[in-house]
Amino acid sequence: MKALVSVKRVVDYNVRIQVKPDQSGVVTDGVKMSVNPFDEIAMEEAMRLKEKGKITEIIAVTVGGAKCEETLRTALAFGADRAVHVKEEGEIQPLTAAQALAAVFKKEGAQLFLLGKQAIDDDASQTGQMVAALLDLAQATFASKVELDGSKAVVTREVDAGLETLEVDLPAVVTADLRLNEPRYLKLPDIMKAKKKPIEAVSFASLGVTPGAGLKTTKTAPPPKRGKGIVVKTVDELVAALKAKGLV
Amino acid sequence: MSVERDVMEYDVLVVGAGPSGLSAACRLKQAAAAAGKEISVCLVEKGSEVGAHILSGAVFEPRALEELFPNWKELGAPLNTPVARDEVYFLTGPEKGIKTPGMFVPRTMHNEGNYIISLGNLCRWLAQQAEGLGVEIYPGFAAQEVIVDEGNVVRGVQIGDMGVDRAGHHKEGVYTPGIELRAKYTLFAEGCRGHLGKRLIKRYRLDENSDAQHYGIGLKELWTIDPAKHEPGLVIHGAGWPLNSANPGGFFLYHLENHQVYAGLIVDLSYSNPYLSPFDEFQRIKHHPVMKKYLEGGKRVSYGARAICKGGFNSLPKMVFPGGALIGCDLGTLNFSKIKGSHTAMKSGMLAADAAAAALLAGGEGGDELAAYPESFKASWLYDELYRDRNFGPAMHKLGVLFGSAFNYVDQNWFRGKGPVTLHDNTPDYATLKPAAQSRKIEYPKPDGVISFDKLSSVFLSSTNHEEDQPVHLLLADPAVPIGKNLPLYDEPAQRYCPAGVYEVVSEGAAPRFQINAQNCVHCKTCDIKDPAQNITWVAPEGSGGPNYANM
Ligand SMILES: Cc1cc2nc3c(=O)[nH]c(=O)nc-3n(C[C@H](O)[C@H](O)[C@H](O)COP(=O)(O)OP(=O)(O)OC[C@H]3O[C@@H](n4cnc5c(N)ncnc54)[C@H](O)[C@@H]3O)c2cc1C
Ligand code: SF4
Repeated sequence: MKALVSVKRVVDYNVRIQVKPDQSGVVTDGVKMSVNPFDEIAMEEAMRLKEKGKITEIIAVTVGGAKCEETLRTALAFGADRAVHVKEEGEIQPLTAAQALAAVFKKEGAQLFLLGKQAIDDDASQTGQMVAALLDLAQATFASKVELDGSKAVVTREVDAGLETLEVDLPAVVTADLRLNEPRYLKLPDIMKAKKKPIEAVSFASLGVTPGAGLKTTKTAPPPKRGKGIVVKTVDELVAALKAKGLV
Repeated sequence: MSVERDVMEYDVLVVGAGPSGLSAACRLKQAAAAAGKEISVCLVEKGSEVGAHILSGAVFEPRALEELFPNWKELGAPLNTPVARDEVYFLTGPEKGIKTPGMFVPRTMHNEGNYIISLGNLCRWLAQQAEGLGVEIYPGFAAQEVIVDEGNVVRGVQIGDMGVDRAGHHKEGVYTPGIELRAKYTLFAEGCRGHLGKRLIKRYRLDENSDAQHYGIGLKELWTIDPAKHEPGLVIHGAGWPLNSANPGGFFLYHLENHQVYAGLIVDLSYSNPYLSPFDEFQRIKHHPVMKKYLEGGKRVSYGARAICKGGFNSLPKMVFPGGALIGCDLGTLNFSKIKGSHTAMKSGMLAADAAAAALLAGGEGGDELAAYPESFKASWLYDELYRDRNFGPAMHKLGVLFGSAFNYVDQNWFRGKGPVTLHDNTPDYATLKPAAQSRKIEYPKPDGVISFDKLSSVFLSSTNHEEDQPVHLLLADPAVPIGKNLPLYDEPAQRYCPAGVYEVVSEGAAPRFQINAQNCVHCKTCDIKDPAQNITWVAPEGSGGPNYANM
């Protein structure tokens, strides 16, 4: 069984985000980029399923410019067997990315599409859902446990009320939540081997995807500065302060 | 417990992706290509990516780069802002300063032909060139131990283990033993106060015939300023207030591209007042009109700190030992009279690479001393440059800033550094502190949150991160010293010299306690240098940990 894992290149989670002075976006020049941490969890899960013999091949995929090759190399170092790079420079609309991923999934004839529940750059949490809708597949989002059983996947998902267990028919889309696993450390020899693994470059055109104009970003601004806090001495004072702010 | 470790072998291994290590790696590949042969080169870097741990000024002298890549312009090296103008100040008080007329500015402080750059970005570019030439670069892996064989020959390094918890236990499922990287020659390019370099100097007694090494701590911020005040290429240096002869230092302000400036302060680590706080001195000096006039209305983007090796010529240890060599600031090639160490680091890396390449191409098996490296050093412009400027630091230390400057002016401009006198300074920086009881307490102004800031919000901007559940990477030889000795004698200066607030003396209840917030460490190495008891040893934390400097 083939699994497709998508990985996105994002600003590293340790970087303190700076908004560009002209508010056109955030600063990425000279800033450390890395694999979206939730996608790493998806990658790790694919590896564990492969190690259990449930999956035979892992294909990593990304959508983006030439620099995203690094992201794919990381996925290959994790253990992906090969990679597909949907190579397109410039801004990419979320729906277009989902269409491209769906096309790759179909082309590869994969049974399982694993990806992070969201990317930490725009936090939209929609790619997995869109791919499932485009391909009319079952989806199990926010997974904290994944088991493959023949033609089915049993997925435990984290929901507000607690845990929910779903059984979905394959092929299916599964998005990884934080507690699904703890990704392994990359080993230096694996990083070296990853440099030699194949990456196939494809384009929107070759996948039959026509980029559309969906969203337009009008402005990016940092969150408002937090006001000064106050120190209260008693519970009564606290209640009074909360009341004054209309919070209780 | 013995652990099975993977082994990878190369012809040459380079430890550290700074200007010296990257230049050495490029040069090795160039030499191999020129000879139509193969030399395998591996480079490891503890930062999460190349450049993540690089912090420099930087006014860059392109001399070594010209030699390494004569076509650096076409290759797109990020040297974007030529120096347009130098200004030098001597500050006489919080509001006052004297601008030194151009004719009295020492020769070494002129910067025509130089560029204002981000050294981190230059390293990122050098790494691309190196990879293009076939060097294998592995960021996120720290060299933790030197591998020395029974014959006392350096055979490579061992990478630090990953996935070890605070108590030293292997974490279930994620523990990953660091591999052994073995090589015919290993070049140590860890920069100032390399933790392996320090051990090698000791083990092979490389500093037997040299003066004590001297250091400074450099603190730096990147600001985006009001475009109306921005003058690309303007370089400002200054000394004086609030520092003095017993506690010397100097500030800088460089206007680079994109309406940004680098503001920084370098404090000599031979300072004597244990109450001095380099961080607070830096925050205070930004309020001086010479700096404030540019920063006002601007926004701070980044912060960082790094020690600087300033002993120069007289402090240079022996460069080679069986199986390897020290290069760059790990050796101590910075020219302090210019506050420049990047071009000299690059050159030393290139010289060591030439020596290693020649030996390997001649069929050598490695493991020997690369005698050709110190020999070619003696014949190079690098030797000439460091020799001329050998008196600069000692003059400042011995004669004080005023007479020291006068000496330097005469020595540099009349004798071009080839004057008849050599000054020596053999008191190590950890031994210069006066007891707290004999020192003046310094009351620093509270940061205003506009021009000056506190330590924690500053460290936040360095994007520093360490896996929290790992052994503390700041080792105390004797855990009783900070509270038992340093506190009564020197009011534990670690609280103040650490630019990242790692060390705290916490007094809950009766007994004070020494706390180490290791995850804040920006890897500047100051504690390893300045602790008066020499009780703190910096070792590499889990790979990738540390700052994530961008454009620094
Ligand atoms: C505030 C400040 C201002 C300066 N201004 C200037 C200037 O204007 N012009 C100028 O030319 N120079 C300047 N310098 C000096 C210059 O930055 C240094 O001389 C130069 O960076 C030295 O290069 P290097 O390659 O020897 O070491 P570094 O640049 O320090 O690089 C060492 C690298 O090795 C890595 N490393 C260390 N130990 C290990 C390990 N055990 N395992 C793996 N990796 C490791 C580090 O993370 C780092 O990336 C300044 C320095 C400072 C601090
Ligand atoms: S702990 Fe030491 S090396 Fe780390 S930031 Fe503080 S002084 Fe520098």
